[in-house]
Amino acid sequence: MNNPQQVVTPPQSGTSSIKTMREAINEALHQEMERDPTVIVMGEEVSGGAGCQGQDDAYGGVFGLTKGLMPKFGRERVIDTPISESAIIGAAAGAANTGLRPVAELMFFDFIGVCFDQIFNQAAKFRYMFGGKARTPMVIRGTVGAGLRAGAQHSSMLHPVVVHTPGLKVVIPSNAYDAKGLLIAAIRDDDPVIFLEHKLLYDTKCEVPDEPYVIPFGEAAFTREGSDATIVAIGAMVPRANAVADKLAQEGIHVDVIDPRTLAPLDDEAIIESVEVSGRLVIVDEAHERCSLAADISSIVAEKAFHALRAPIRKVTAPHTPVPFSPVLEDAYMPSEDRIEQAVRDVLGA
Amino acid sequence: MSYSPEFLLESYRTMKTIRLFEERVIKEFEAGNIPGFVHAYDGQEAVAVGVCMNLTDKDVIGSTHRGHGHCIAKGCDVVGMMKEIMGKAGGLCKGKGGSMHIADFDKGMLGANAIVGGGPPLCNGAALSAKTLGTKDVAVSFSGDGSSNQGTVAEALNLAVVLKLPHVFMFENNGYGEGTGADYAVGSGDVAGRAGAYGMPSAKMDGIDFFAVYEATREAVERARRGEGPTALEADVVRFDGHFIGDPQLYRAKGEIKQLRADRDCLKHFRARVTGEGWLSDAQLDEIDESVTALVEKAAAEGLAAPQPDISELYTDVYISY
Repeated sequence: MNNPQQVVTPPQSGTSSIKTMREAINEALHQEMERDPTVIVMGEEVSGGAGCQGQDDAYGGVFGLTKGLMPKFGRERVIDTPISESAIIGAAAGAANTGLRPVAELMFFDFIGVCFDQIFNQAAKFRYMFGGKARTPMVIRGTVGAGLRAGAQHSSMLHPVVVHTPGLKVVIPSNAYDAKGLLIAAIRDDDPVIFLEHKLLYDTKCEVPDEPYVIPFGEAAFTREGSDATIVAIGAMVPRANAVADKLAQEGIHVDVIDPRTLAPLDDEAIIESVEVSGRLVIVDEAHERCSLAADISSIVAEKAFHALRAPIRKVTAPHTPVPFSPVLEDAYMPSEDRIEQAVRDVLGA
Repeated sequence: MSYSPEFLLESYRTMKTIRLFEERVIKEFEAGNIPGFVHAYDGQEAVAVGVCMNLTDKDVIGSTHRGHGHCIAKGCDVVGMMKEIMGKAGGLCKGKGGSMHIADFDKGMLGANAIVGGGPPLCNGAALSAKTLGTKDVAVSFSGDGSSNQGTVAEALNLAVVLKLPHVFMFENNGYGEGTGADYAVGSGDVAGRAGAYGMPSAKMDGIDFFAVYEATREAVERARRGEGPTALEADVVRFDGHFIGDPQLYRAKGEIKQLRADRDCLKHFRARVTGEGWLSDAQLDEIDESVTALVEKAAAEGLAAPQPDISELYTDVYISY
């Protein structure tokens, strides 16, 4: 697909600089807290040092995403909590119902296991159960994904669980530019938003405008363009898909790489439009294959663009196993550039 | 302590409204006019009303699966409630919530909650809003003896202390978590004492005594408004009905309910007290009984006559924008 408007390019006006995704997210939080006094940040060690004798803001979040917020906005708005995920998410949801815009950090998104009721039974359902009266403008941030040798309970890709839940919006940026614009959009959104940050991406860099900007939900980005095949990739799989696309381009094979950016809502039109032209689809999703986004997108395309397909759809996913600790095993677990490339060659050869 | 006649009349009217509303809900359920599961609050009226007579519309409450009484005490419209419980158009939540999910944010009623222990963490959030925005409003979470065994409640108690939130935890101990006795399931047998272990002041009271509940809550609410943090209250109450309407209650002792209705009826207790003290006359209370009877009759009639929701409602209200 050639749709230049959707290619990620920094805005033309205003200053910008090279930032890591960590810096971009941190900047978005600073700017939104500055703009709106009802925005609060809460979670475990979002500042760090509460009740301790040493430095304040010692952590700024375990990955440093919220660094500097507490010194600037104070402990009333940057709240270190006990390690009590149900209490954190419940307080964020209740506060969202009553006038605040909380950004709750779940640290590792694997921890939804100990607060999922407050997410899927409470926050996600308020609007519907209460007949359209509730507003729950909250953001839950958490890190996802394998690659840091963090083991089975700190490495999952659980986006399918939240995408499956009506009432939640689900965002997963693949680069610093998108992360800033999507997080600002998430904070300003009036619905509960799950904002998933892949830990392998925190130190990736790109040009990011200094001023605040919003990237609307439900608009996929084409990070590479070409009509020979379509790759849909999610989160940390986007740079891998881009690398494969660049390699294939040297052989004269040109593929679209589509980054949905938000999984709920999902820009299925962009995917279908691309497949209508290419007829060949590879979906790269670090989740386990069953009930993954790869499976979901595959079914959407099979239903809506079956006539356009010239080869079976190929899914490149994690296996149906927990994330292993051993670096050798973990590397084999994650969809690799080699597997993505092979899948593209398979659909091209079919 | 003296109470104005207006205060006493309003308190009685609200308690009586809950009682007759629940009796009518039971009747309509048994007649097949109410779908799903319904948990009746009759017998516990003095708690809902004793608490909410301390609150303004800006204060908020969170409730439970047994939430009709809390809704009425917080000022929800009983006609809208009856329609909601019947799943009809015009219900407080358009018929999409039902008995276990009634909410009315305009009245500070943040929702009944069908997850035991679901509400207290959320009320912390409302209390956090009040604290952050400096409103002096308070949040009250109603939950039961059963909820005190949930991890969510333990977490909420601790966070409320840590952040010094204006949150009153009202635990209504009706002796049963569904079909299991609190004497068995609450290990320490002491719900309020658990709160104390988190560093929170607590008090216990006889929950059939409206005045005991009112005074204990007044103290807790004033403390919260002064910025001095949360309080836990445990009210000893009675469950006149089953866990749900239709529960055969084989686990209860023979004659237990009859005995409770005779000896531990909070409305009888209230009437005896206010007439005994010479604060109100039987005639004044009888007059309220009549008008409440008419109100509940109207709610039931309008509920029965209300149209079903339009099928298009299935798809609305999932998101504010999507």
